Amino acid sequence: MTQAAKPAITVNNVVKQFGRFAALRGVTAEFDEGRFHAILGENGAGKTTLLRALAGLAQPTRGEISIFGKSPREGCREIGYMAHPSLLYDEMSGMENLRYFASLYGVADNKTRCAEVTRSVGLDPDLTRAVGQYSQGMRQRMSLARAILHDPRVLLLDEPFSNVDVHSAQAMVGLLKGMRDAGKTVFVITHQAALLEGVADEFVWMQAGQIVDRTSTLAREGLQ
Amino acid sequence: MKRLFPILSVLTAIFLAYAFYQAWWVAPTDAQQGDVYRIIYYHVPSAWTAFLLFFINFIASIQYLASGKASTRTAAKWIVTVIGVAGVIACFLPPAQRLIPAGMRPSAVATTVLLIPIFYFVIGWLFPGDRLDVLAVTTAEVGVVFCTIVLVTGPIWARPVWGIWWAPGDIRLTSTLVLWLIYVSYLVLRRFSNSAQTELLAAALAVFGALDVPLVYFSIWFFRTQHPQPVIGGGGSMDPRMLDTLLISWMAFLCFAFLVCWSRFRLELLHREIEEAHAMESLGGAAAGASLPLSRSAR
Amino acid sequence: MNSLWAVTMATLVKDIRLEWRSKDALNAMLFFSLLVVVIFMFSFDPLAEESRHIVGGLVWVSFLFASVTALNQTWARELRNQVLDAYRVSPAPANALFLAKALGNFIFVSVLEALMTPLFVIFYNVRVLGPAWQLIPIALLGTWALVVNGTFFAAMSIRTRSREIMLPLLLFPVSIPAVIAMVAGTTSILTGEESAHFYLVLLLTYDVVFTTACLALFGTILHAE
Repeated sequence: MTQAAKPAITVNNVVKQFGRFAALRGVTAEFDEGRFHAILGENGAGKTTLLRALAGLAQPTRGEISIFGKSPREGCREIGYMAHPSLLYDEMSGMENLRYFASLYGVADNKTRCAEVTRSVGLDPDLTRAVGQYSQGMRQRMSLARAILHDPRVLLLDEPFSNVDVHSAQAMVGLLKGMRDAGKTVFVITHQAALLEGVADEFVWMQAGQIVDRTSTLAREGLQ
Repeated sequence: MKRLFPILSVLTAIFLAYAFYQAWWVAPTDAQQGDVYRIIYYHVPSAWTAFLLFFINFIASIQYLASGKASTRTAAKWIVTVIGVAGVIACFLPPAQRLIPAGMRPSAVATTVLLIPIFYFVIGWLFPGDRLDVLAVTTAEVGVVFCTIVLVTGPIWARPVWGIWWAPGDIRLTSTLVLWLIYVSYLVLRRFSNSAQTELLAAALAVFGALDVPLVYFSIWFFRTQHPQPVIGGGGSMDPRMLDTLLISWMAFLCFAFLVCWSRFRLELLHREIEEAHAMESLGGAAAGASLPLSRSAR
Repeated sequence: MNSLWAVTMATLVKDIRLEWRSKDALNAMLFFSLLVVVIFMFSFDPLAEESRHIVGGLVWVSFLFASVTALNQTWARELRNQVLDAYRVSPAPANALFLAKALGNFIFVSVLEALMTPLFVIFYNVRVLGPAWQLIPIALLGTWALVVNGTFFAAMSIRTRSREIMLPLLLFPVSIPAVIAMVAGTTSILTGEESAHFYLVLLLTYDVVFTTACLALFGTILHAE
């Protein structure tokens, strides 16, 4: 590489306040494209707020975020978001959910793409069971499928492995690793950092609304 | 500012006392209603004051909604100017003149229409940015108070004079009631909202309310022409001395309203400053962030 | 434009499918509507001479209360599992969501009305003395008037405490001119005493004005945190 890759995502002194409480207190960072970032920290450190700000769901009180040169809402096609709630309709089957969300993104060849994505997360497209009856592992995988449906360049995942069985978790990690290798930029908030050892390119440590450290391995003085 | 307020308060109190004197002693007794009619000197000025305050709220809300993006701001300014100019011209064209209710002069309607852009630009100039929202809250609250006075004095006046407390077909009283309901719901929304964008939601509601009022007026107007109803307040001309007293009363009420609004406005500004200070404190070491302007949508 | 229509239809189909699958809510609402009619029947003597003059009012008031219960749970579905966030994060236009919800509510409330009306006709022995066909545009325009603002204010109420009570608090004052027009229009047709023409025009104006206002402002409401 003769020239440094232009940062895919820049966060410029972002502050997010909810009334008197400051969830983010001046976060500044740059993230390159095609890298896998694990975001770690205690509860209340501001990880979810940061992710929501990146997704365009939370408007910063101050500061700016740019994703490939655009604001999160302008560049929403490039963003895939997965949160702790499943963001799926409990009364519909997995495929029905995916087909609906695919229509929101104007995904071409709707049915094929949804089946393909379902298989890629290790689930059966012909399953007619309603999502509300899935196990937690299945639901998380289906939620991930929804996030990657429109082939986004940036993935924002908030605790995808929580309450998930080991098999499902490892399947998801494998999938995410594949996506990073294919050039996607991946952000994962997790409390199970061990799952990402050897997979994540970088560990971003947050505390009290700020990024306090960025390491390439899990070894870090003090914490976790 | 600190000295001006008490001085104005005293002056307003004197003015109100003078208006009271005028209303009770100087104004002549009504030939038909006797002395009961004197409540008009509270009923009508309260109504005019309430309408003025709600009008200001409406203008402030529209500006607040439009001020989000530069494009909407410019568009709003153009629209308002066009409404003013076109409205004034239209009042003097024959087709429009037929639409003007009997008894109103075209020049009066033209002046009222011209008030829209005038208010828009003056308010935009005097209350930049967030202050528009503070103005909106202030005028809504004080307006509701004056509106309540209208709705209470109305039936009190109606009962001894016309024998009924309320007439559903009375277009003015009923329109006032709807206006009151809309603004009470506005205040409830403000209080119950836990959104970060409460101001935008409230402004949207104010716009809906403003669009609603002319429709209410016309629906009752037509209903009344089909079903003749007693009219509270009566029509007819007024003795010039009564008119004078009415205007004096209104001026006094306006001064009082201005004082109350000013006080409430300052209170709200202080409240927001305190919240801001608390928020800054919780940011702690990130003082560098304070130099960047608040992003619009987070307000 | 193509995408707006496509997303609206997809969302509407999805909502109808979901509504059909969770028939509990549907059934509860139908039963509630029936109860409202019965309560009115006991409260307002149907044998009275003037019943024809008040039926219009009774019918629309009961529709109003029934539609509030329907409107309230429209958005509830999007809040479970925070699905609304998935919509907000997507490039789908906000207005498509609004139109889909409004149309869905319109269909749903129309179903309720279609079930309640025969009950009123039966209990109050309603005979139409005026041009009966005019009741159809009144019903359509009136229902849309309630539903379009109802959907908008229900979305607004999401961001408030006491969500269920906020909707009628916000909706009723603004709906007053529409209610006047609906009731007076229906009464004038039932009694045949006057023309409902003005009320139809008023309802149409109301619908146009507020549909425009809702479409213009819904984006702001949707993206409010």
